[in-house]
Amino acid sequence: MVVSEMTMTDSTYRIQGATGEWEVVIGLEVHAQITSKAKLFSGASTEFGAEPNSQVSLVDAAMPGMLPVPNRECVRQAVRTGMAIDAQINKWSRFDRKNYFYADLPQGYQISQLYHPIVGEGVITVTLDEKDPNSATKEIGVERIHIEQDAGKLMHDQHPTRSYVDLNRSGVALMEIVSRPDMRSPQEAGAYVRKLRSILRYVGSCDGNMEEGSMRADVNVSVRKPGDEFGTRTETKNVNSVRFVMAVIEQEAQRQVDVLEAGGKIVQETRLYDPDRNETRSMRSKEDAHDYRYFPDPDLLPLELDDAFLEECRASLPELPDAKRARYEGELGLSAYNAAVLTAEHETARWFEELAAAGGDKVTAKAAANWLLSDLFGALNRLGKGVEDSPVSPKQGAELLALVADGTISNTLGKQVFEIMLETGQDAGTIVEERGLKQTSDTGAIEAEIAKVMAANEDKVAEYRGGKDKLFGFFVGQTMKAMAGKANPSVVNELLKKALG
Amino acid sequence: MSVDIQTVKKVASLARIAISDDDAQRLAPELSNILGWIEQLGEVDTSSVQPMTAVIPNTLRLRDDVVTDGGVRDDVLANAPQAEHGFFAVPKVIE
Amino acid sequence: MTDLTDLGIAAIRDGVREGSFSAREVADAFIVKVAAAKELNAFLVETPDHALAAAKAADAARAAGETLKPLAGVPIGMKDLFCTKGVQTTAASHILEGFTPTYESTVSQNLWDAGAGMLGKLNMDQFAMGSSNETSAFGNVISPWRRSDGGNAPLAPGGSSGGSSAAVAARLCPGATGTDTGGSIRQPAAFVGISGIKPTYGRCSRWGTVAFASSLDQAGPMARDVRDCAIMLEAMAGFDPKDGTSLQLDVPNWEAALNPSLAGKKIGIPKEYRVDNMPAEIDALWQQGIEWMRDAGAEIVEVSLPHTKYALPAYYIIAPAEASSNLARYDGVRFGQRELPEGANLQDMYAATRAAGFGPEVKRRILIGTYVLSAGFYDAYFTQASKVRTLIAQDFDKAWEQCDYLLTPTAPSAAFALGEKSADPLAMYLNDVFTVPSSLAGLPAMSVPGGLDKQGLPLGLQVIGKALDEQGVLNASLALEQRAGFVARPEAWW
Ligand SMILES: [Mg+2]
Ligand SMILES: [Zn+2]
Repeated sequence: MVVSEMTMTDSTYRIQGATGEWEVVIGLEVHAQITSKAKLFSGASTEFGAEPNSQVSLVDAAMPGMLPVPNRECVRQAVRTGMAIDAQINKWSRFDRKNYFYADLPQGYQISQLYHPIVGEGVITVTLDEKDPNSATKEIGVERIHIEQDAGKLMHDQHPTRSYVDLNRSGVALMEIVSRPDMRSPQEAGAYVRKLRSILRYVGSCDGNMEEGSMRADVNVSVRKPGDEFGTRTETKNVNSVRFVMAVIEQEAQRQVDVLEAGGKIVQETRLYDPDRNETRSMRSKEDAHDYRYFPDPDLLPLELDDAFLEECRASLPELPDAKRARYEGELGLSAYNAAVLTAEHETARWFEELAAAGGDKVTAKAAANWLLSDLFGALNRLGKGVEDSPVSPKQGAELLALVADGTISNTLGKQVFEIMLETGQDAGTIVEERGLKQTSDTGAIEAEIAKVMAANEDKVAEYRGGKDKLFGFFVGQTMKAMAGKANPSVVNELLKKALG
Repeated sequence: MSVDIQTVKKVASLARIAISDDDAQRLAPELSNILGWIEQLGEVDTSSVQPMTAVIPNTLRLRDDVVTDGGVRDDVLANAPQAEHGFFAVPKVIE
Repeated sequence: MTDLTDLGIAAIRDGVREGSFSAREVADAFIVKVAAAKELNAFLVETPDHALAAAKAADAARAAGETLKPLAGVPIGMKDLFCTKGVQTTAASHILEGFTPTYESTVSQNLWDAGAGMLGKLNMDQFAMGSSNETSAFGNVISPWRRSDGGNAPLAPGGSSGGSSAAVAARLCPGATGTDTGGSIRQPAAFVGISGIKPTYGRCSRWGTVAFASSLDQAGPMARDVRDCAIMLEAMAGFDPKDGTSLQLDVPNWEAALNPSLAGKKIGIPKEYRVDNMPAEIDALWQQGIEWMRDAGAEIVEVSLPHTKYALPAYYIIAPAEASSNLARYDGVRFGQRELPEGANLQDMYAATRAAGFGPEVKRRILIGTYVLSAGFYDAYFTQASKVRTLIAQDFDKAWEQCDYLLTPTAPSAAFALGEKSADPLAMYLNDVFTVPSSLAGLPAMSVPGGLDKQGLPLGLQVIGKALDEQGVLNASLALEQRAGFVARPEAWW
């Protein structure tokens, strides 16, 4: 085994081998389940988690004489996705059959698109260090997006000598999004998958739920000496999390370097990732596994899209993350970091915009952004919840922020009120009202408390007046405490300064 | 095109049809004969011809995204050589 | 009283409507005939109950004074390629033995909706691959015809719709469904002296019909004459949203518009159809057909379809390629027969199941199809064939600039004896030389009986029309039919 070490300087990722540095070349084929009620070529439901074979039509089971009829929504979502990455939309495309035998493939072929995909060249811009929004960006080419059917599911653990076939997923619509081999590090690949998932969620064409298999990546990895030709690649199939994608690249690149440096050759093959052992292994491949005998599906005529259809697709696209982020920075004056974090996920941006809209003139965008990213996210983190199932609604959040903004409650009180909101689900106004938490600017009441504080701490008053400025904070704290936190801090400051002289 | 026995076996394996050596021996000249005859197509100059995509001018109709099917497990499994617990059963597959 | 089984579809329909006889009487008569004709091996399954139920419904409707459906009282035979709910459907292959669909094909459902009843499922070439019905896993269909030489050699009823042709010719049913991929309605119709039409591709839904070659398969009727075919086709055809290649068009009233006058029409005679070694009798019949067309008022023009000779080789790439993929679903997992040798893994099971389940001709075509699609050969074979197919369709388009219909023989020979060609696949393929080009172009084409050869066997003439012009094809065929006056029928020996 060759001892090596991985380094990451900016975007230059190198594997140090015994013979020098190696560069990793990565391409990803992401399978994304298209959000639709019914399957691509049949009217059976796509709902997740149903009883085995209960969401299967005779078409999905490939009964004799059954024919496919495509679902318009699946076509529409693929087109919208293509538009979202500025890709070429092919008004003329068609479906091909990919022929192979497997128990999860009832027809003996997968209906896919090889020769004429619906979406051609596009691009996805990724930020290399997502924690630093000012870090460099990189454009990853997307070669194509095509529509195809998902296969069924095989269960191997239910019977000692048999595998069981469930066709519920058979025929569910997928988009296969094929990148160019433009990525050079696990980080880039991770950033690409996250960005792609973000775009799909904005567009609404895929829920991006990797746990339920809505998004899986085939990871193509090769290594080469920097500047050399591409090396032979392997394809690791069905990797179902961003973390695993990155792990596969690390493991597979290292394995390839080891093989090559030991004088071996990389075999072009399909591999599987075993997350428990964090390693990839060769799938027992048949000699003919790669002869798929693609040809145009004679059951399906060419798919021709008219201008009205394309126009509707374009018009229905939402503002996409990059544009939104630029607008948050430019128009709303948010920091680059805040804009990046708020727009990374569609749900966050949606929540933020509802919060800002509900806050109206009373709440600044900055205040809303800060509160969302620190207070709300902090709370959600603690609760282990996503923004989509936040116990506090954007409207409730806006009310809270407005109470802080107009001085009804202090910042500190605002945080307390928020905690109570999380616990009780009550509105901020109700909590402030019922618990008497209103902030006071009543100068008489504050002056009276200041007088008491000064009387009780004559020594400190003397010290302060003798030049120990730092003690000012002590008087503020004492006064606020005496006011049970409800005094307006700026009024307290002002009156204290006057009283202490 | 002359098809040898190895090719016959390879194609039969691709098509998942078990054949004996005798079958392959018999099929090789038979397929060669047919393929040889088919190859006269090569004479036709098709350099400026598009492959046919639709026999009769017609475009693909798309259906609405509505659940209209499924929920017919009994029908789906009715003719299965081996069905257990709502699944089709096959010899165990090792992936 | 007349033998009801001597009547065709129109006569039965009209007789039931007028009350000359009951639908029950008709059904009973045919059921008896079917049961007595086992020697022909035309039926794989007999379904007298289905026919009787339809007859009962027709008689009840008439008794209630209702308007009768278009095929009320007419019992028919159903090619075993059409899936029929609750009735075994095998495509004449062992691999589907015992398969009982839980669904009804659109074409058969359309016929039942029109009031027809089913006498049974008809034998055929396995998966519709063959021209003699010798590839059925359930035995040959024997043509009811015999040569006049007294030799009694069993003859081929043609194929793949051989059970359909034999059953109609033997008067076991007044009409039957057929399917035509490269001539499988027209050639068997010609072999047994009946009529059959393959409509424009897309007229009849393919949903629920076991697929052979999807871009070519078309259902159509086989019956005793042109009118009967028109009636039956009207019931079978129609737009089906479940078939993505179905034509979204209304079904014309073909029967009502039948008109044998060809005044002002031009008939094209494709010169490339004068093939080498064409028997003199076929050529003579063709000449006779030309005269009949002229007599009906048509002008005869010679046309050229220059790529005709490439149609068969193109067909024998495209059809097997599509079939190799269409038949991949017969794997022993979800339906049909399974062969599971001791210790077999999944892939072994597939190979064993398909080896045991498919007949030799089906395997041959799957192998050819697999070969022409395999890596390195796809462009040279499949793409080239698809381009030649374009050229063949363009040949027809050019011909339509000069004429309205084409007239050709249906087949290059009369019925041959069983076993005569089965040893040589290529010789068998060449039998479809006149029917394949119009299949590749998706055009409507019909065969009608023209006369008998010197051995007393029927010969057919084929009319090919423009896409969607079934009416013209039926009319020109009617003109031929009226002049041919074909009344010969096989003498019952079974
Ligand atoms: Mg892949
Ligand atoms: Zn894919």
